[in-house]
Amino acid sequence: MSTIAHAQKRGFTGTIWEYLTTVDHKKIAILYLLAGGFFFIVGGIEAMMIRIQLAVPNNDFVSAGLFNEIITMHGTTMIFLAAMPLLFAFMNAVMPLQIGARDVAFPFVNALGFWLFFFGGVFLNLSWFLGGAPDAGWTSYASLSLASEGHGIDFYALGLQISGFGTLMGGINFLVTIINMRAPGMTYMRMPLFTWTTFVASALILFAFPPLTVGLFMLIFDRMFGSGFFDVAMGGNTIIWEHFFWIFGHPEVYILVLPAFGIFSEIFPTFARKRLFGYSSMVFATVLIGFLGFMVWAHHMFTTGLGPVANAIFAVATMAIAVPTGIKIFNWILTIWGGSIKFTVPMLYAVAFIPSFVMGGVTGVMQAAAPADYQFHDSYFIVAHFHYVIVGGIVLGLLGGAHFYWPLMFGTMLSEKLGKITFVLFLVGFHLTFFIQHFLGLMGMPRRVWTFLEGQGLATGNLISSIGAAFMALGIIVLLVNIVITQKKNIQVGRDPWEDGRTLEWAIPSPVPFYNFKQLPLVRGLDPFWIEKMEGKTDMTPAEPVGDIHMPNNSFVPFVISLGLFVAAFGAMYHADEGKDWAIPVLIIGMLITFGAMLYRSVKDDHGYHIHKEDLLDEAEGGTR
Amino acid sequence: MANLHPKSGDPKVTYEYRRKKNAEEMRMQVITFTMMIFFTVIAFVAVGAGFSKWFIIPFVLLLAVVQVIFQLYYFMHMSHKGHEAPQLFMYSGVIVAFITILAFLTIIWL
Repeated sequence: MSTIAHAQKRGFTGTIWEYLTTVDHKKIAILYLLAGGFFFIVGGIEAMMIRIQLAVPNNDFVSAGLFNEIITMHGTTMIFLAAMPLLFAFMNAVMPLQIGARDVAFPFVNALGFWLFFFGGVFLNLSWFLGGAPDAGWTSYASLSLASEGHGIDFYALGLQISGFGTLMGGINFLVTIINMRAPGMTYMRMPLFTWTTFVASALILFAFPPLTVGLFMLIFDRMFGSGFFDVAMGGNTIIWEHFFWIFGHPEVYILVLPAFGIFSEIFPTFARKRLFGYSSMVFATVLIGFLGFMVWAHHMFTTGLGPVANAIFAVATMAIAVPTGIKIFNWILTIWGGSIKFTVPMLYAVAFIPSFVMGGVTGVMQAAAPADYQFHDSYFIVAHFHYVIVGGIVLGLLGGAHFYWPLMFGTMLSEKLGKITFVLFLVGFHLTFFIQHFLGLMGMPRRVWTFLEGQGLATGNLISSIGAAFMALGIIVLLVNIVITQKKNIQVGRDPWEDGRTLEWAIPSPVPFYNFKQLPLVRGLDPFWIEKMEGKTDMTPAEPVGDIHMPNNSFVPFVISLGLFVAAFGAMYHADEGKDWAIPVLIIGMLITFGAMLYRSVKDDHGYHIHKEDLLDEAEGGTR
Repeated sequence: MANLHPKSGDPKVTYEYRRKKNAEEMRMQVITFTMMIFFTVIAFVAVGAGFSKWFIIPFVLLLAVVQVIFQLYYFMHMSHKGHEAPQLFMYSGVIVAFITILAFLTIIWL
């Protein structure tokens, strides 16, 4: 029996089952892309509702309470359920191929990470239908969130806890993969920048998520089990939540933006057809940003009353981050400089990213000056700043990355024409929406405000901002149309579709075989595929003879483990309510499902299977035997 | 992985050489194990002898740190080749945690 039979065509239910049980990093990447894309649209709809409410003075499109729920869920969804999984999608799809690995180090844990994130996200969003969403802002400051009625904050704490486990697992998995599974010759200083940024972002996940986990557990205990960590009346300290949240929250910003930097660092050299300028300084800057990211959390809390010494030290540390970021910006510009530039859609996003992100960075340095921050704090200036960083940095990176890596993930090429329409609509909409918000903030419009009155001078600015948001929405709709048309036509573009691919992922046949590399490639320098091309070769030199390939078996266990926690979370949440005796049994049943599935996994041996050498050779000859 | 485990079947590593290595390692383990027990005894004695707590607490903590280092390097083989990445991550974790706690203790009002 051929061991390559796994790659055969399946029916619809077969495909669904394949994706529910898959441990293949390429399929998990598609799952991350689908789930992250779904939550991105949910968060986008929430954003549109915010902008509709604020489009005209004294509007009552949504009530004040609902508005609080919408802003909270917009922020939480976009950060935890859209941006992170979408970046994880690219990390999963690209990073193992870039370092010449056949999969990530722990394929099972990879699947578990996805399903935990997915069930956590679903749990969080079910709050809309089960008595109200969280309404204390995405930061959920304890003094406010402990006072919040209903179960909204419980949904927030439990949902983020579950999806946070998944993220932590993903991060550790990427670290182990990059350290241990690089192809022969792929030294650290030959790794593509996207792999480097994945590495540093994963290290940040490793160190930043535990504080969030601890903080969320304290919040869960305070709200659901009667403890008093943040309750001043019981001798607790409400400020500790802020510290925990921002010790996690500031590195989180870099967890998001570094992989986006990585995507751009791949796009620039490809379409400038020139080696990345200052590769080693880029690596240095990435690591330095990662390190400094842990030293600046208190700049979110300047107005808490930390005192002048703390404010001064954290202000200086914050400004220091502008230095490595500046190194990166100049390196990107110098990469384009003198290159033979092709303005494809990914390149357009990359070029637009530089000025957009720099504007966000400059306002960031303005806020780093603590005395000035007292003026900016909690105003729309802040809103404008972080949207410039997140949309101008991360979302442009995600959109550019989606166009750039689409052929690698799906074997098809998104339409350049529609892509350019999306680009123009989105970029114009983005600047229209958020640029004016700087001035709204300086004019005194507070952040998270439900509405404003006529005659306060805020009407025109807000209307312009809302019109811009509509442009962004149109851009995303065109992108969705583009995706549907492309996948419907399903024109396979083959290997190296951009023609100037430099790194290993473009050297693989398209669609990528499920075992990635028949023979692990020999890496002879930075941009290994480019080196081979420049020497007139079309393929990588193999570093090993054709041999049996060890593959992991699919498993349904990750889904079940995650489902158990999802069920248990309902029990934990409702057990304190009057007359809900079913809650404790539900909690226990959920935990039994999870631990039972873990036990099953531990007891049952699963050694995977081998693709035999003969089958690989047979496949190379077109299956004649 | 030949460099992780001295008992691995790498033909280049001769039997004699491995024997010598193992004996050396065993000796180090016995020595550190004895020292760790000795440290524990000293710690108990220090508490029992009734010194000032400003001496005892830092002293016991110091002994604990030394024991952790022994544990990692002699029993968990962190001194061997191939442990550079775990070392890097442990030390950067320690540094980050130390600076964070230092910031809390010195400059931040809680």
